[in-house]
Amino acid sequence: MQIPSGLEAGVEGDLLKAEVRDLDFYYGGFHALKHVTMPVHDRKVTALIGPSGCGKSTLLRCFNRMHDLYPGNRYAGGGIVLHPDNTNLLAQEVDPIEVRMRISMVFQKPNPFPKSIYENVAYSLRVRGMRNKNELDDRVEAALKGAALWNEVSNRLNELGANLSGGQQQRLCIARALASDPEIILFDEPTSALDPIATASIEELVTELKENVTILIVTHNMQQAARISDFTAYMYLGEMVEFGITDQIFIKPTKKATEDYITGRFG
Amino acid sequence: MLQSADLDAIRAIIARAKRWDMFFALLGILSLMVGVLTFTALFVDMAIQGVPRLDFEFFTSFPSRRAANAGILSAWVGTVLVMLVTALAAVPLGVAAGVYLEEYAPKNWITDIIEINISNLAGIPSIVYGLLALGLFVYYFGFGQSILSAGLTLALLILPVIIVATREAIRAIPQSIHEGSYACGATTWQTVSDHILPYSSAGILTGVIIGMARAIGETAPIITIGALTFIAFLPPAPFAGDPPAGLFEWIFAPFTVMPIQMFNWTSRPEAAFTVNAAAAGFVLVFMTLAMNGLAIYVRYRLRKNIKW
Repeated sequence: MQIPSGLEAGVEGDLLKAEVRDLDFYYGGFHALKHVTMPVHDRKVTALIGPSGCGKSTLLRCFNRMHDLYPGNRYAGGGIVLHPDNTNLLAQEVDPIEVRMRISMVFQKPNPFPKSIYENVAYSLRVRGMRNKNELDDRVEAALKGAALWNEVSNRLNELGANLSGGQQQRLCIARALASDPEIILFDEPTSALDPIATASIEELVTELKENVTILIVTHNMQQAARISDFTAYMYLGEMVEFGITDQIFIKPTKKATEDYITGRFG
Repeated sequence: MLQSADLDAIRAIIARAKRWDMFFALLGILSLMVGVLTFTALFVDMAIQGVPRLDFEFFTSFPSRRAANAGILSAWVGTVLVMLVTALAAVPLGVAAGVYLEEYAPKNWITDIIEINISNLAGIPSIVYGLLALGLFVYYFGFGQSILSAGLTLALLILPVIIVATREAIRAIPQSIHEGSYACGATTWQTVSDHILPYSSAGILTGVIIGMARAIGETAPIITIGALTFIAFLPPAPFAGDPPAGLFEWIFAPFTVMPIQMFNWTSRPEAAFTVNAAAAGFVLVFMTLAMNGLAIYVRYRLRKNIKW
């Protein structure tokens, strides 16, 4: 598999799950992503860092075509190729719903539906047409176990998701994202609304999840990126400044701009 | 170092600022009382006059030339049936229109024009709706001076209220819930039916009740389409009579409604009819309050399970 030029940072032999190729994106007249290129390694954690407004969330939300929900947003060139089938996720003829069935998302603020814990997790299975009660039960249990929430909620699956604590709610949302067996899970600053203890549990969970699924995470917290990611991408003003193995980015960044941001001199 | 003189000055400023608080609170209470006291005075006056007149016969008698024998049977049955048609027509149309505008419609100038017009429709005098209905429902569609025509007329009248309420209720759902549903791979219809409608139903219901409360008291458009002011029979019950009526034959029956019955009685010279009008007015207000009470209860039940 070919890695785009200038980004040969991956470990040799690593599989790529997706590639962002020369991607341009506009919010109306605002050029939010400029020729962004980045590999996403299979079953690794890739962190997107950078100051507010740099385009990291914008890039993340391209992966599940969230931008399609709002008028005026425009994918203006390039694409995101998903492997192994080489589908360009941003192609006009690719249905955004198909993309969202393959790539799920966990949001900044926990957003459980005002339904029961069980129904929250089952929802991503129900939209896929699953009706069999036993099968649903099994998949919901597996997802809640995968999100390290099962032991806390197994005896109150019919309670409202909103009755859980913030950290539990976020793990519920992770279970919802996990239930459908996605190829990639997108995390958009998943711990920014949580206290340190809940944050630690989510970070631990992310590290465990990468055994089975590719993870892309946007974070404001550089220590978090350093702790949990295998690869880090630093973005600034809509451009990909530097991409590399996390240790290298944090210890020996090749670009001055990256170093300034990481050392806190800027941003 | 803070001088005690400074402290006194600060306290004087606070005291002066607080006088405005007091002033505004009083002004607010006064404004509130204008409405509340006026309504209470009217209601109490009506109750004192009307309540002694209320007995079982009043509800089961047709209007009569003798005030003591007259009742509101045809009026309250007419009102209930017209409201039923109004609700059945206006709620599905209004909710569907609101959902379409919020969830499906592209944001362009056509949508903008439609939006502005919906707000304007809410301000059109009800008599204009009556004239429209007279031409359209009564003559063109040939529904006649029937419960169906009246129900559809009032449905048109309250449609903008329901559309606006539906849109407000949908907008109150956090964007994150909306995005959460799409991120699971839901289609727009799945998002609407599984999330948008269930979570906004309490707000929609409030709009429906506000609309219905307005419709129940409307007189002008109903008179315009030709409701009778004196009617001594009921619409045919489904499958009753000889030959048996059809399930929906009642919708084509002539009718009268509570406000028209009241209007008719107040225009009579005898004092006894004024008492009848007061009694009927009391019943009408009670019907409206009962509808509101039911809405508050249902809303409470619906909201109990909705937390963001």
